[in-house]
Amino acid sequence: MDATQLVKMVNDIAAFFVAEATPAEAPLAVAGHLRRSWPPPMRARIIAHLAAGGAGLNELSLAAVRCLAAGESA
Amino acid sequence: MYSIDHHDLGTPAAAGASVTLEIDGQTLTVPGGTSVMRAAALAGTQVPKLCATDTLKAFGSCRLCLVEVEGRKDLPASCTLQVAPGMKVRTQSDRLARIRRGVVELYVSEHPLECGTCTANGHCELQDAAKTVGLEEIRYPGRPAALATAEGLSPTNSHNVCDTSNPYFNFDPSLCITCSRCVRACDEVQGTLALTVQGRGLESTIVASQAERFIDSECVSCGACVEACPTAALSEKPLAIIGQPTRVVTTTCAYCGVGCSLKAEVKDEQVVRMVPNRDGHANHGHACVKGRFAWGYTTHPDRVRSPMIRASIQDAWREVSWDDAFAYAASEFKRIQAKHGRNSIGGISSSRCTNEEVFLVQKLVRTAFGNNNIDTCARVCHSPTGYGLKHTLGESAGTQAFDSVMHADVIFIIGANPTEAHPVFGSQLKRRLREGAKLIIADPRATELVRTAHIAADVHLPVRPGTNVALLNALAHVVVTEGLVHEAYVAARCEPAPFARWRAFVAEARNSPEALESTTGIPAASVRLAARLYATGGNGAIYYGLGVTEHSQGSTAVMGIANLAMATGNLGGEGKGVNPLRGQNNVQGACDMGSFPHELSGYRHVSDPAVRALFDNAWGVQIDPEPGLRIPNMFESALDGSFLGLYVQGEDIAQSDPNTHHVHAALAAMECVVVQDLFLNETARFAHVFLPGSSFLEKDGTFTNAERRVSRVRKVLEPLVGLADWEVTQRLSNALGYPMAYTHPSQIMEEIARLTPTFSALTYEKLDTLGSLQWPCNAEYPNGTPTMHVGQFVRGHGRFFVTEYVPTDERASRRFPLLLTTGRVLSQYNVGAQTRRTSNVAWHDEDRLEIHPDDAETRGLADGDWAGVTSRTGHTVLRATVTDRVPPGVVYTTFHFPESGANVITTDNSDWATNCPEYKVTAVEVTCVAQPLDWQRRRHAEAPVVGRKSKDGEQRKRDVAAT
Repeated sequence: MDATQLVKMVNDIAAFFVAEATPAEAPLAVAGHLRRSWPPPMRARIIAHLAAGGAGLNELSLAAVRCLAAGESA
Repeated sequence: MYSIDHHDLGTPAAAGASVTLEIDGQTLTVPGGTSVMRAAALAGTQVPKLCATDTLKAFGSCRLCLVEVEGRKDLPASCTLQVAPGMKVRTQSDRLARIRRGVVELYVSEHPLECGTCTANGHCELQDAAKTVGLEEIRYPGRPAALATAEGLSPTNSHNVCDTSNPYFNFDPSLCITCSRCVRACDEVQGTLALTVQGRGLESTIVASQAERFIDSECVSCGACVEACPTAALSEKPLAIIGQPTRVVTTTCAYCGVGCSLKAEVKDEQVVRMVPNRDGHANHGHACVKGRFAWGYTTHPDRVRSPMIRASIQDAWREVSWDDAFAYAASEFKRIQAKHGRNSIGGISSSRCTNEEVFLVQKLVRTAFGNNNIDTCARVCHSPTGYGLKHTLGESAGTQAFDSVMHADVIFIIGANPTEAHPVFGSQLKRRLREGAKLIIADPRATELVRTAHIAADVHLPVRPGTNVALLNALAHVVVTEGLVHEAYVAARCEPAPFARWRAFVAEARNSPEALESTTGIPAASVRLAARLYATGGNGAIYYGLGVTEHSQGSTAVMGIANLAMATGNLGGEGKGVNPLRGQNNVQGACDMGSFPHELSGYRHVSDPAVRALFDNAWGVQIDPEPGLRIPNMFESALDGSFLGLYVQGEDIAQSDPNTHHVHAALAAMECVVVQDLFLNETARFAHVFLPGSSFLEKDGTFTNAERRVSRVRKVLEPLVGLADWEVTQRLSNALGYPMAYTHPSQIMEEIARLTPTFSALTYEKLDTLGSLQWPCNAEYPNGTPTMHVGQFVRGHGRFFVTEYVPTDERASRRFPLLLTTGRVLSQYNVGAQTRRTSNVAWHDEDRLEIHPDDAETRGLADGDWAGVTSRTGHTVLRATVTDRVPPGVVYTTFHFPESGANVITTDNSDWATNCPEYKVTAVEVTCVAQPLDWQRRRHAEAPVVGRKSKDGEQRKRDVAAT
């Protein structure tokens, strides 16, 4: 999967939840959406992209992928 | 000629308080408002009639249905006479017989007496009337039809000229008795008002539009007039070729999401006619040019009759036996999985297939493939509906029956064009509008309903493509800030905290119509007017289509619609609701049947262990708890080498999905693509195995329409290729090693009911008894649920969502200054695989680019010129139609012909929640060019078109030949 495309997708999802959820809830909401709708390889790819610096991910997206990564490893 | 098994009651049903009367000495009780003619028919007495039929209001013109009423000296027409308490009616007497005989004699004296060779022989109502009244001789010399023109009685559409211009029916005026049933059917049933009676007395003749040929007139070829005709004046052409049908099978149309019930009339294993079922709950005896007439594709020579395989997509196809095809496909899938892993293959189901077929495909993927890589074509149309309505209301479906619109006071249509894409519902909508309901339309184009005969939208909001969410927020702003919220409803039925957040959000000044005017392009005053009308005008019903969902904020817009309906109390009752108009006939069903990669049937997430356990036990496998790949994910994975095998049933992803070059590259990268379809479609160009499919006429099953209505599809003919589609999937599964042994689709439905709570009480037997029913159909609602969310929402309390407007990345720029949006035309359907192979090309034989006169002028484009259309992803050429139907800055096209390449220029942008492509917004530049592209000319030459008849099409063929 192309990381650039995945970054755009996460940022698009974040653009919804940044308004819909409170700042505290938003990262969890984005991570929850990714967990429920993205297959494992895509989640692994975006987590790997985060590990590599997370270029292109906005602030909420970064926080969300961190949440996702924490959940995946839990 | 109505269906050969129809018993006509003369006038429509009434619903008043019971009235008891006496007819021919028999006492009976009928609803008040019933005509005496209908009451007599219900009592078993058929009063002779010609101008009356039970789909049309009584007209009282033929004077044949006269009756005697005790206490009255006159002889009233029984069709216009309503029953009254204590009324005593005689339908038979010597006096009546004499008068009726005289009436029929006059009609027959003007009618050719060639019954033996007439297509209506045996089903002609004039013939029946003559028999009933005992007409034995005609005392009048009459006026031979051939003399009519000589007498100068008729202009263009003269009495003796048969109009054969319509590809599906003829109009022979010499057989016409001028009963006006055709005219009234066009008015009352279809709502087009294309026909009229021209002249008076003996000069009266039926004409289309301004005495034009039918094909050149405003006639939309719905066929209502043909069915209403009591003689053979209007008659389907196959009747003359094949002969009269001898048996009838009731089934369901395979085109749009209205899901009309149709009667297939058959003779000698040939379909003669399709006649809409007057007992059909979705269509009430109406159909459109596609459903009634465009079924010829089912026997088109392009139908593939044999399975085929090839090792490489560069190779020629090789016909093989079914067993060899299944064995090859199975071995290839197994080989790929052995080498690249369990998740390296997947499947795509189609909304054109039945519930049972879709269920079986997803079952095959989750069992035989062992993964959740199953997706459906709803991905590219209404997946945002599922997401948006599930989250706000609790169920991924529309809330109403179509009939609910007859109780609506304000109808808000956003991003939909019902008279073109859902024409039978469009006709019902017109009826309600002509009764006085108010109409708001949000659409960049001036669709037909913005202004048509006796209908004008009260407000047209020409929203700029890509700004629906801004518009919905502006409408909500007015509702909230002008005190139009239904406070009691919201307090009782919705979650308070999310509502408070939403209310504060939309009340912000930045969401006012004035602040968003420059974004949406809509004058603030119009937005305010629309919001007030919707919130205060009585029952408010919202209808929306792909003009809402196919955006980067498609799911947000669906939520915005639900917010608006909840805030104004417009959910949970007749005449209200949120109603997605589904594009294909079984979009709802395909979604219901668990063909999304994250959900099992009934929209239950694969991560739920209790749900998985149910399926694990039933299917003897361990369902993967993780979501699988969506269609665009499959393409991406194919290009990175991790997804190499695909089973596609009934869907043409190579034509219908966005960014064609990207899709083609992905398909070309796969090692085994199995296509199951009627025709060698665009996707088959990339296939290694082709499994010939069966048409809707050749199989049993069910479709679920846009109102959640489950209707039976019944086998009319044996499968042309020997196997129905469900049998093909089963045989493939068996070849893969996962055994399936259904002997009839009813057994699949039994399994669906066992595993799906919203279908638990649904059986074929119940469908046969009730005709159709709307899910949920379970212990609580054993006969289905016409209106959802009555009393409370499915999720308990309704949930408001804050819907921040986020501009799409696809914006107009100096390089691409116009916004392209897409839609459909009445005569064609989706990617055109079916309708292009019918005579519907008489109306639309090429996709065109609509462009505003100002934009055309600045580019030197005239109507009919070739227009080059360039986006960030590609380039195509279409012929231009210069029209102010589109506003400046917006261009529009359809996508029914592969050579148009509409998806060559659409982008990868997609809905944030579901990845539904943003088909409706593509920034483009348009230039005047000399000719189509090479690939378009090649594709056009290959195009399977029945007969391109329009002037433009002929010109185009000459152009292509010349280049």
